[in-house]
Amino acid sequence: ELSLAAFALLFSELVQYCQRRVGSVAELQERLAQLGHHVGLRALDALVARERPGRRETKVLGVLLFVKGPLWRALFGHDADKLEQANDDDRTFYVIEREPLVNTFVSVPRENSSLNCAAFAAGLLEAVLGASGFPARVSAHWHKGTTLMIKFDEAVIARDKSLEGR
Amino acid sequence: MSRSPGRKQENHKISRELFVLTYGALVAQLCKEYEKDEDVNTCLDSMGYSIGIRLIDDFLARSAVKKCRSYSETADMIAQVAFKMYLGVTPSVSCSSATGNVFSLILDKNPLVDFVEELPPERASLCYCNLLCGVIRGALEMVHLAAEVTFLQDRLKGDAVTEIGITFLRKPEDRKHRR
Repeated sequence: ELSLAAFALLFSELVQYCQRRVGSVAELQERLAQLGHHVGLRALDALVARERPGRRETKVLGVLLFVKGPLWRALFGHDADKLEQANDDDRTFYVIEREPLVNTFVSVPRENSSLNCAAFAAGLLEAVLGASGFPARVSAHWHKGTTLMIKFDEAVIARDKSLEGR
Repeated sequence: MSRSPGRKQENHKISRELFVLTYGALVAQLCKEYEKDEDVNTCLDSMGYSIGIRLIDDFLARSAVKKCRSYSETADMIAQVAFKMYLGVTPSVSCSSATGNVFSLILDKNPLVDFVEELPPERASLCYCNLLCGVIRGALEMVHLAAEVTFLQDRLKGDAVTEIGITFLRKPEDRKHRR
C-alpha cells in the first residue's frame, strides 16, 4: 500500500506528457486508454493468480462481479460503486463510480470539458475483459460521477446465452 | 474542504501494484517513443523533477520533521522517512567522502521493479528508475539544497544492489548562516 499523493503526481505527469504529444481531447483519452491497457493486462495476471487460482470466469455476470469486487478492491481499495445493465441493450453494462481514484486531483478546464481521465481506467478495464475472454469496448463518460460503459462483442453475449441454455 | 474527512482518510493509500504497473506503462510508452536510452533517461529524470518539486510539500506536511542541520541528517531523512512514506522501503545510507557531501542510498528491495525481470538487450543502458533521481533532486532543490543524484549501481543491469548517489553541491560552511 502506497501513498495516494505519489500516484496522483505520477498520473499527473503521465497526463501532461500525453497532452504534450497529442492534438485533441479524443487522442489524449486514447493515449490514456492505451496506458491503462498496459496496466490492466498485467494487473489481471497477478490478481487472478492470487484470488482465483485455477478458476476462470466463464459467464458475463461472473466476470462483471469480479471486476466490481476483487479487481476494483485490489487496484483502488474499495468496490466499484454500482454495476448496472442498460435497459434496452443486453450488450451494454455500466460500472459507476462517484469519485474515481484517478480523478482525485484532476480539475478539467472548461475548454477541455469533455476530457475524462478515467479513460485510463476504461483502458484498464477493456484489457482485463479482453484478456479474460470477454472482448468489449469500454469508454468513460461523465454520468452520475464517472460511468465506464462496457459494450461486449456480439459473440460474447451469444456464447453466454447458449451457456445459460444448458 | 467541502468533503467529509472520513472518506478522504481512507483514500490516502493506493495499491502498490497500481502504482508500479502505471510506472511500468509510462516507461514502456517512453521506450516506444524514444529510440535512445539517454533520451528516455532524461525524460524520466525531468518528470521526476516535476514530481519532486511538488512531492516535497506533501512530505513536509505529512511528516512534520524538524529542519535538518547537516547533509547527513538530510540523507538520513530521505532514506528513513521519505522512502518509507512513499515506497514503503528503507534504504541504508552511507557517506562516501571526507568532505561529507557525497552519500549513497543502498536499496535491497526496489518496489518499482517488482514486475521487471531484466532489461531487454536493446535497452541495456536504460535507467529504469531514473524517475527517483529526478524526484530527489527536485525535492532537495525546493528546500534550497542543490544536489546531483544518479544511479551508481542498478540490479537490473547486473549489479548486486541498487545504489543511488546524492552529491550535495554547496560546501558545508555555506549552511552556517541558517539559524
